[in-house]
Amino acid sequence: MSLKGSAYAVLPGPEGLLPPSASVMGVVLPEEGEGLLEGRIVSEDESMEAAAIALLTRKNPTLFPGPLMIWGWTEHTREKSSPFFEIAHEIPGVRIIPMPDYRPIYPKIDPEAVINPCHPNLTIWHNKIEACILVGLHCHFANVTLKMIRAGTNCYTIALCAEAGHEDAMASVPNVGAEKLYKFAEALRRVKRNGVKPLYQGHGIIPSGWAQQAHLTGADIERPQEEVHVGHGLSHELERGLDENEE
Amino acid sequence: MAETLEEDVKTNPQGDVISAAPTPPKVETEKGAAAQRVVDPDYLILQAPREKTFITGSEAAKEAIRRSNVDIAISYPITPQSETMQQVGYLYAEGYLKDYYRAEEEYGVMSAIAGASRSGVRCLTATAGPGLMRGIEAIASWPGARTPAMLLVMCRVINTPLAIQPDNIELSYLLNTGLIVLHAENQQDFYDYPIIGYMVGEKPEVTLPVAVAVDGFFVTHARGWVRLPSADIKLPPRACYHEAVPMMDNENPPIRISRDAPIQKSNFISYQMHASWQQETWAAAERSRKWLKRWLGGLVEVVNPTAKTMIVASGAAVSQSREAVRQATEQGSDIGLIKVKSLRPFPHQELIEALDHAEKIVIPEFNYPGWLAKEVKNVIPRTERVISGPRVFGGMSMPTELLLEYVLEGKKH
Repeated sequence: MSLKGSAYAVLPGPEGLLPPSASVMGVVLPEEGEGLLEGRIVSEDESMEAAAIALLTRKNPTLFPGPLMIWGWTEHTREKSSPFFEIAHEIPGVRIIPMPDYRPIYPKIDPEAVINPCHPNLTIWHNKIEACILVGLHCHFANVTLKMIRAGTNCYTIALCAEAGHEDAMASVPNVGAEKLYKFAEALRRVKRNGVKPLYQGHGIIPSGWAQQAHLTGADIERPQEEVHVGHGLSHELERGLDENEE
Repeated sequence: MAETLEEDVKTNPQGDVISAAPTPPKVETEKGAAAQRVVDPDYLILQAPREKTFITGSEAAKEAIRRSNVDIAISYPITPQSETMQQVGYLYAEGYLKDYYRAEEEYGVMSAIAGASRSGVRCLTATAGPGLMRGIEAIASWPGARTPAMLLVMCRVINTPLAIQPDNIELSYLLNTGLIVLHAENQQDFYDYPIIGYMVGEKPEVTLPVAVAVDGFFVTHARGWVRLPSADIKLPPRACYHEAVPMMDNENPPIRISRDAPIQKSNFISYQMHASWQQETWAAAERSRKWLKRWLGGLVEVVNPTAKTMIVASGAAVSQSREAVRQATEQGSDIGLIKVKSLRPFPHQELIEALDHAEKIVIPEFNYPGWLAKEVKNVIPRTERVISGPRVFGGMSMPTELLLEYVLEGKKH
C-alpha cells in the first residue's frame, strides 16, 4: 500500500454535523491506474476489491445511478448501462435507487424510489443502506451527497467516477467508463472466488419503490395515495409541503 | 411552385450543428480563430517555442486571449481596465471571439457572464477597482454555481476621494468569494496566468472561476518583455459536458437537471445541503493546487532561499522587491524573496517551509490594510518575525530605498 496521501481517514460515519471536505484535509485525487481507499492512494485494483468486499458483506447494498447513467443522452451513457447491470447482478440483494436529477424534492421524498442530493441521508436511513455506489452523477452533486452521507450515516460509499474521482467517498476510482465498470464486475467475481461470502444469497435485484416493484415483478401495484391534511389557517400548505415537481 | 425556405440550423454552445442528418463539412474561413490549430495545454503553456516581444500588460493579456479559444467577452469600461478590453475588441474584429459586447454596467456584466458560463462557453470579463466592487455580488455567486469564467482585475483605488491610481485593496474583498485568485507580477505573468487559469478552472474536479489580478498602470500601461509562442496555436475548447455541474442545455434531455438546479431554490434545500455545497466549492479550489503547481511552476517562487531576511510579496510589489534584493546584494547583504503567485488557493505549506529558517520577514504591499501580511501571519508560526510593511497606497509608487529601510535598517512602521 502506498504511503502517498493524507493522514485524514475517510471512514463510514456517522462523523457528525458538517465533517470537513476530505480535499481540504489534504486528501488528493488519484491518477490513472490508482484509486482512493479511505483517504489513501492505492492501486486501482486494491480500491476496487475493497469496494467489492464492502458491497458483498455490508447490509442492504444499493446502487445509486445518476442522470449521466440513467438518461441515455449520449452513446457514452448508453454503453455504460450494460456493465452497470452486470455489476448489479453480481451483488445478491442489491437495490437500484436512482438519482434522476438534482432538484429538491422536499419534504415529500419517496426514499424507496429515489435518492436526492438535498437530503441523501433520508434514503440511506429509510432503507438501512450500509454500502452504496454512486455512478453517473455530476461531480459537484456527488461530493455534496457523499459528505452528507458521511456526516449522518454508517454507509460505506463508493464513487465510480468518469472524471477525476472523489475524495469524500470511502473508495473511488477515476476515469470510469464502460471498460472499468466491467473491470469492477470482475472484481466482484474475483473476491467471491477468493472466499468472500456474500451477506445475502441468490441472484438478482431487489425491487425498490412502488414503480420498480410494478415493473420488475409484473405485479399490479398502484402508487400509494398521499395523505392530504387540510388544516386551518396557514398550516395546510406547510404541512403538505410545496410540490417542487409541479410545473 | 413552393418557395424554398432556409433551414433553421440548431447548434450547441460550441457551434456544432445539432441535426439527425449527417453534419455537413465546415467551411472555415482561414481567419482569426479558424486559422489556429488546437494544441495540448501542456504544449501551449510549457513547451511551445517562444519569441520575445516588448509589449504592454494590456497587449500581453490580449495575446493570452488570442490563444485561449475564448467564445465571448463582456465588460464595462473602467480605468485602467478599458485598454485591455479595447485590445480584446480588436480580437473580436479579427475573428478570435464569437461574441463581444459592452453590458450596461458591472452588475450586469458579471450577471451576464454567469449566464454565459452556465451555457457552457468560455467567457472573459475584466474590471477594476470600483467596477469590481459594483459587480462583486454577482461575482460571489459564480463559484457556488461552478462557473469557470475568467475575470481579469486591473487593481486601482476604490476609496474616496476618487482616484484611478494603483492600489490593490480590492483584492482583499475578492479573497473570500471562493474564486481562484492569481496575482500577476508583470507583463509576462499577465500573458501566462489567464491561459493557465482557463485550463485550471475548467478541470472537471475544479470547475471554478478564476481571477487574474494585476496592479493597474504599473503593468497594464507599461511595456515589458514578454515571451510569446506562435499565434497560430490555441487551447482546446471548453469541455463543458465533463465539468462538475450540468450545463444549461436545452437541446439535450433531461433539460430540467440544469434548469432547476437547487442553486436557484435555496429556500427549499436543507441548511446541511447548503453548508455541504459551500464546503465543496472550497474543496474544489484545493483541487486546483495540483494543476497550478504543474503550470505555474509552483504556487510560489523563492529567490535566495537560505537568506535570514525574507521578503514575501505578490503582484507589482514583487518587481520592486527583486530590485531591492539586487541592491541589497550589491551592498553585501543576503536577502531572500518569496513571490506569492496564487492568493487562492493560498500557499500555506510552501510558506511554512520556505520561511521556517527566516529571522525577519518583510511584507511590502500596495494597499493600506496589509491583507497579504494578515494572510501570511495566519499560516506561519512565530509571527513576531513579520514586519507588515512597507505599505504604499492611493497611487504611490514603492521606492526600493523605502524597501531597503525595512529590510536593512530595521524600519518597522
